Amino acid sequence: MPAERLPLLLMLAWLLPLASFTVIWIGYSLPQMAGRRASYAVSKFGGWIACLAIITSCVLSFVALFGVWLPAHHLASAAHGHEAEHHGQADGHTLVGSSDFHLVGADAQSRLVLHAGGHGDHTHGDAHADHPNRPPTYYSGDWYALTIFGDLKITIGYYIDALTVGMFCMVTLIASCVHVYATGYMHDELHDVTDHEVHLANGEYLHRPGRYHRFFQYLSLFCFSMLGIVIAGNLAMTFVFWELVGICSYFLIGFYIERHSASTAANKAFIVNRVGDFGMLIGLMALWASLGTFSFGDAQDAQGKTLVTKSGEVAEPGVFSLLRSPKNSFQLAPSDGMIAEAAPDQIAAAVRDAEVLGADEAGLDEAVAAKVAELRQDSDVHHGYWLLLVAGVGIFCGCVGKSAQFPLHTWLPDAMEGPTPVSALVHSATMVAAGVFLVGRAYPLFAPEALLVIAYTGAITLFIAATIALTATDIKRVLAYSTVSQLGFMMLALGVGGFIAGIFHLITHAFFKSLLFLCSGSVIHAVHTNEMTEMGGLRKKMPITAYTMLIGCLAIIGAGLPLSPIGFSGFYSKDAIVEQAWSFASHNPKHLILCAAPLVGAFMTAFYMFRLWYMTFIGKPRNHHRYEHAHESPLAMTGPLLLLAVFAVGVAWHFPFTNLSITNLLAQGQPVGTSATSHGVLLADLTIPAEILSHSPEVKIPAGLAVWSVAAAGFLLSTMMYAWRVIDPSEVRQTFLPAYGFLRKKWYFDELYNWLFVKPTFVISYAIAAFDRNVIDWFINKCAWACKQVATVVNDIGDRRMVDGTVDGIARGTWDFGLALRNLQTGQLRQYIAFIAGGTLMLFLIATAWFAFVR
Amino acid sequence: MYFPLANLLTEPVGVAHYMVVGALMFVCGVICMATKRNALGILMGIELVLNGANVNFVAIGSPYLRGDAGDIGLDGQLIALFVIVLAAAEAAVALAIALNFYNSFSTIDVDRADQLHG
Repeated sequence: MPAERLPLLLMLAWLLPLASFTVIWIGYSLPQMAGRRASYAVSKFGGWIACLAIITSCVLSFVALFGVWLPAHHLASAAHGHEAEHHGQADGHTLVGSSDFHLVGADAQSRLVLHAGGHGDHTHGDAHADHPNRPPTYYSGDWYALTIFGDLKITIGYYIDALTVGMFCMVTLIASCVHVYATGYMHDELHDVTDHEVHLANGEYLHRPGRYHRFFQYLSLFCFSMLGIVIAGNLAMTFVFWELVGICSYFLIGFYIERHSASTAANKAFIVNRVGDFGMLIGLMALWASLGTFSFGDAQDAQGKTLVTKSGEVAEPGVFSLLRSPKNSFQLAPSDGMIAEAAPDQIAAAVRDAEVLGADEAGLDEAVAAKVAELRQDSDVHHGYWLLLVAGVGIFCGCVGKSAQFPLHTWLPDAMEGPTPVSALVHSATMVAAGVFLVGRAYPLFAPEALLVIAYTGAITLFIAATIALTATDIKRVLAYSTVSQLGFMMLALGVGGFIAGIFHLITHAFFKSLLFLCSGSVIHAVHTNEMTEMGGLRKKMPITAYTMLIGCLAIIGAGLPLSPIGFSGFYSKDAIVEQAWSFASHNPKHLILCAAPLVGAFMTAFYMFRLWYMTFIGKPRNHHRYEHAHESPLAMTGPLLLLAVFAVGVAWHFPFTNLSITNLLAQGQPVGTSATSHGVLLADLTIPAEILSHSPEVKIPAGLAVWSVAAAGFLLSTMMYAWRVIDPSEVRQTFLPAYGFLRKKWYFDELYNWLFVKPTFVISYAIAAFDRNVIDWFINKCAWACKQVATVVNDIGDRRMVDGTVDGIARGTWDFGLALRNLQTGQLRQYIAFIAGGTLMLFLIATAWFAFVR
Repeated sequence: MYFPLANLLTEPVGVAHYMVVGALMFVCGVICMATKRNALGILMGIELVLNGANVNFVAIGSPYLRGDAGDIGLDGQLIALFVIVLAAAEAAVALAIALNFYNSFSTIDVDRADQLHG
């Protein structure tokens, strides 16, 4: 299939879940609202509709990857990487400025104009630490224009590169597993449900109809929204689907809406996300105001050729080419629009001067362009750079909310109130992945300083979340904090320049974290509690769950043979992150903590993951009643576990004898200009090292050994405490009681936010409510009273007397007149004739008199 | 004081003379209608009124009387013919009413027909 079919293929994969949502909504939800109840079999069929849709999407995505994308765009071999690696060691610190640089720029430009999208195969051949790379192969276009206001074009479009295709496969595959798993897990919802966590006023438990179909309906919408973000061709569309993902998570976290905790958690997730989205809106406005476009890539025609004007310029350049233009050899620089926005006074002065000289329209444009070029040379002020920074940090704010980064991480653990399959989906492939994905998608527009913000946010998040996970006893909350922590890893990786490392970890993490969540769901399904203190020894009762979960734990701690390419998927991605952080720290000794954080995080990850596994699956059962009732889950649940376990082991592996691996695929999608070392402008000593540099032996070997040993140490400590019982956990707890309490209370974040934001809000709202009641209500009541008095008076005088009086008077007069006339009607024919004759005579006399005397 | 009819007696016979005759017939008819209690008498009065009008039509329509002999317009005469036809029809209806009234009340005294009084 030709590569031009990609948009169609992915559009189908994207829209199928929407179709499933619509079908279930019309076929199930609407009838239920009308009071009709679906039977058991019909409800079950609703679940299969959703499963069918997402599995078809998954098949289409894999066809798109293996049948269309890879045959058309061969992955670069690792040999180039070695060559570049060699180069990178030699002159990793020198600035761009060599002589072949113009050649690269010119070549790239011509390619961009003439063959964009056609042959991406050799794009990354020259990946180099000094030379920013050309744009990756992409297909960009619009399906539908929602609105066009002057220059502002809001469209539903696509931007498809290797990252998009890879993400499609990951999201649809995990979503398929979750869908199938949910057909087993949500089994209870097929019947009427008695919710034992909701007490009604009469002391009974809530009894309600099952909502099996509704669960699948929102699951479908969730997948549709997430795929919409992945395929989105512009930031406006991203934002639309961003909000759709938010509302879907709201629906699903609040699935048990009658439970107070669930509805609160749903609200919390939604509101906390709005805080982040506010920042994102600011970022979008900054970009729009200065660039005038939202689309990522340059506009292309249906064949994937970039549209050009008659003079050979790119017709509608996207955000990426505006900020990293070929003329600037793909280095990040504020666009002309940004500089003009940043220095409006100078531009206005230039325009005035030109007008004085009598310049015409073109002359004015020329004057502005000249002034902008002059301002661009002004190296002290960095016109427009702040705007670039605001745009980058603003967009990252949205990601902070979605991906639960510090300080907006508090919603994610509460989101555990949703059913476990939702947690699995939210925590791996959809909601939180959206934030990391957007950082990856918008990667070219982050200035080094913005990247530093991202890195620090990630480091703080990963540390805080990992410490909280150490003491949590709710099995899902441990996993939730683990997710927050791993997301911190990804953000850190992206922030220190590791695009591939960050997205790589996003994908591997998606597989093992969904596996872990589904396993925990299986456990909860068996023992009907989330508390690990009531579990233990379950390995014998549910072996499949136990050993697939062991695989997930090994994957997340990054188990593997050190310094060898053999290990679980997390081994590769975590190594990549630590290597990049190591490389970053060696370039920026000031920011050494950014390298220490992932190491400490890796240690804690190993500890808490195995603490979870040991507490759940080995040792003696802590609650015999629950233990006796535990059972292995049905095939619909264990099947996805086994599939995901396979991926958790091998998704990061390099296919032997080919170039096929996720890292190579991601390298193919390396965003324009981000492969090279870059330097801070405002922070002159900040260096974001090229990712290729982290593959050099002097980084790779110590980093790999360090992360392996800390993980092993964490694993050992956990084993000593919870398996061998050499160290008694309760003694440790007693020894560090204050710290334990602090972590148990989750660093008091909820209390802090409660005290900082929620309480003041309540105080202010009570005050405003009192003002409402006492002042505004009083005033309104008085107004109403006065109005009523006036109305009474108007009623008496105006209506009753004047209007009614007039009408009644006319009626009475007419009546009396009629009665009087009645006497004339005698019935005497002769009298009538006399009247006629007399009347005629009178008329005649009057007329005569008129003519005789008046005229 | 000006008497518009004073010189009728001295002038040759013209339209005005006919109109005086017509007016007299009309007035006689009206008086007849207003005074007679016999329904047939009233019908006669009606005939007088109609024919008084006919005399006027014929007189005004006659070119000889008007003096412009060249014109043979027959409008007045035609309308008079219409009136005669109308009078015949009206007499037929009126006589039928009178006959029915007589059948009911055994009299044709119109003063007895006062059931429509107010």
